[in-house]
Amino acid sequence: MKTTEAIKSEKQLNNDDEKSLRGTLVSVGFVAAVIVVMWVAVFWIYMERV
Amino acid sequence: MEQSLKETIRQDPKKILGVNPLDAKVSLSYLTVAFVSLLIGGILGLVQGLERAGLIDLPSWLNYYQVLTAHGLLLLLVFTATFSIGYLYANLSHALGGLLPKVRKFAWVGFVLMIIGVAMAVTMIVLNEASVLYTFYPPLAAHPIFYIGLVFVVLGIWACCAGVFINYRHWRKNHPGQVTPLLAYFTMAVFVLWFFATIGVTIEVFTLIPWSMGLVETTNVMVGRTLFWWFGHTLVNIWYLVAISAWYVFVPKIIGGRHFSDKLIRLVVILVVVLNIPGGFHHQIIDPAISQSIKFLHVFMSLSIAVPSLMTAFAMFAVFERTGRKLGGKGLLGWLKKLPWGDVRFLAPMIAMISFIFGGAGGIVNTSNQLNQVIHNTMWVVGHFHITVGVSVVLTFFGICYWLIPYLAKRKLTPKMNKLGIIQTVIWTVGMIIMSGSMHIVGLLGDPRRTSDTTYGGHEAAAGWIPFEMLFAVGATLLLIGVIIQVYAVFNMMFFAPKGLTEYPVAEPEDDATPAPMWTERWGLWIVLLLAVVAMAYVVPIVDMILNAPPGSPPIRTW
Amino acid sequence: MQHRLEEMWMIVSVGILVVFMIIIGYQTFAMGMGPPSHSETIDPQKVEETAPFDEPGVFETGENKYEVVMILQSFGFTPSNIEVPVGAEVEFVMTSKDVTHGFQVPGTNINAMVMPGHIQKISHTFDEPGNYLVICNEYCGIGHQAMSTTITVK
Repeated sequence: MKTTEAIKSEKQLNNDDEKSLRGTLVSVGFVAAVIVVMWVAVFWIYMERV
Repeated sequence: MEQSLKETIRQDPKKILGVNPLDAKVSLSYLTVAFVSLLIGGILGLVQGLERAGLIDLPSWLNYYQVLTAHGLLLLLVFTATFSIGYLYANLSHALGGLLPKVRKFAWVGFVLMIIGVAMAVTMIVLNEASVLYTFYPPLAAHPIFYIGLVFVVLGIWACCAGVFINYRHWRKNHPGQVTPLLAYFTMAVFVLWFFATIGVTIEVFTLIPWSMGLVETTNVMVGRTLFWWFGHTLVNIWYLVAISAWYVFVPKIIGGRHFSDKLIRLVVILVVVLNIPGGFHHQIIDPAISQSIKFLHVFMSLSIAVPSLMTAFAMFAVFERTGRKLGGKGLLGWLKKLPWGDVRFLAPMIAMISFIFGGAGGIVNTSNQLNQVIHNTMWVVGHFHITVGVSVVLTFFGICYWLIPYLAKRKLTPKMNKLGIIQTVIWTVGMIIMSGSMHIVGLLGDPRRTSDTTYGGHEAAAGWIPFEMLFAVGATLLLIGVIIQVYAVFNMMFFAPKGLTEYPVAEPEDDATPAPMWTERWGLWIVLLLAVVAMAYVVPIVDMILNAPPGSPPIRTW
Repeated sequence: MQHRLEEMWMIVSVGILVVFMIIIGYQTFAMGMGPPSHSETIDPQKVEETAPFDEPGVFETGENKYEVVMILQSFGFTPSNIEVPVGAEVEFVMTSKDVTHGFQVPGTNINAMVMPGHIQKISHTFDEPGNYLVICNEYCGIGHQAMSTTITVK
């Protein structure tokens, strides 16, 4: 059984959490960057060789 | 007392007894075969690396393509399949409160069939009767026993499928109105894919057996190739689905967090199952006899498989960030520091996930229609699947070992073993970065895959490839060291580690999470959708390949 | 919040894939740059009796335009050691006499599967003079690594 206080503080944390899923957004931004960079690099090689 | 103990045993036997020893035996047997194949396949991998770099010459009784065929079969098929089955049957047993005795029998029948099948196929490879590589494209014709061996392997897999379906159905019947535990859900999904993946290749192999025996004169090479890739690429996603089951279910628990939305996880699983099979066509982008419009439809279909992976990327980072922040991580990326990097059960799958960013991005390149001309059948592709299978999947599997095997063997993971695991993971990662990285680059320069050591008569275009090929050998050496450590760790944990209880680290949902909706369990519907996607993808090209087929090809042996 | 961020991510990332598809789709269908996909067939056991493969070779078809009719077999190319002038637009018309081969010229976009029973075509304009390596990039047997030739552009 959790005390109300514990629940409250957990809620508080969850709220902070929600505010700061920004790290996740930055991380998936990195994923997108890798996808774009790799694709553009190979596309560039392809166009150079046409 | 007696009564209540009995009652508890009936309700939740794992609580008192741990894993059912009969179920543990099933999983441990599969895992044993998996790691023996890993050892042999790994040694063959190093042999190839050294030969390709021109550092060793193979003896006259052994050729590069034999080694390559065995390496592919043992690692891509035997290692991954047996590991997956051992792991998933353990999950099923854990999630559903033990396997039904009937199901256990199915697993053993599958085990025996697979061993027979692999023994037949490997014998033919060793005798140099089947140097047709893992893809065995006709009209290269292996000895009929090679194909018959493959049939046995498929039958073994089907026996395991039947076992899972029966156990799943049984649980659902006894728990009306409940969604199955996530682990059982993943297991069901993987075996549904296994079943539908193997249909294509089974049809192919059944046409090749009479042809290789001389009973039928010719075969349709284009249809054979297409049916192979129906299986070949789905297999890739079977590994992937097995790997993400660990990412979604175990990794959050290991880092002290909760799992991501149950509903989203199941949605990802459904998408992977439904969208998967047509992915095979992107292996045929520069083939003749498939029209531009069909190929472009398949660009779309292959790229759609990326969608569930993009969802996974977000979900996993969110789990890490939430957990890291709960543990006190501050700032934009401070949560990363709070993750348990010193725990091999986390480190290995984490590196696996990071490498999938590069693996997945490479896959998007591969399937981008004419861009495929830059990389098709070059070392880039070898680099690609060593980073996807060799890291994303295999390191996840390795990470799983450090809790699954002690759990099954009723032993403990010691801090010393954890340290060894960390060292193993680092060696593996460095080895793969060197090997897969150099393969990617030299592939862009045109170095072909599946080719024994050659300088192409000293041609200058090929001369530039040699330094990279040396790096393959360096990477392969590190990787074999990694294999040896891993195999040692596995058998140590199986037989010699101190006795004790190990936790099965299944993550719980968030407190405020909404439960997964019942509609996710409608496997009949998902299978119909899967078949609809397969029909959309395959009916037109395969009918075309059959109706407009050229005269077929006779069996040919060119080795 | 989490939901919105996730939605944003899916829109952006799927959007990237859609942009990729538009680029390659435009090149394929509007500019004729799609991958080699020729659909003619041939009896793989009668290649040398069937036109145009009864007479493999290099043929001038227009102003600095060439057609190379080529048979691939384990482990060689017929014709081999081809020569064309700088700036030549070359169309390769190929088939295999035996197993599946690959036709690749490193440093160019020439990369095509050549399969028995099927005729494959791929074109390239050789703007740079030099000696180009031609290799088979699909395993075709014990001598696969020896299956190579050259194209000289001068």
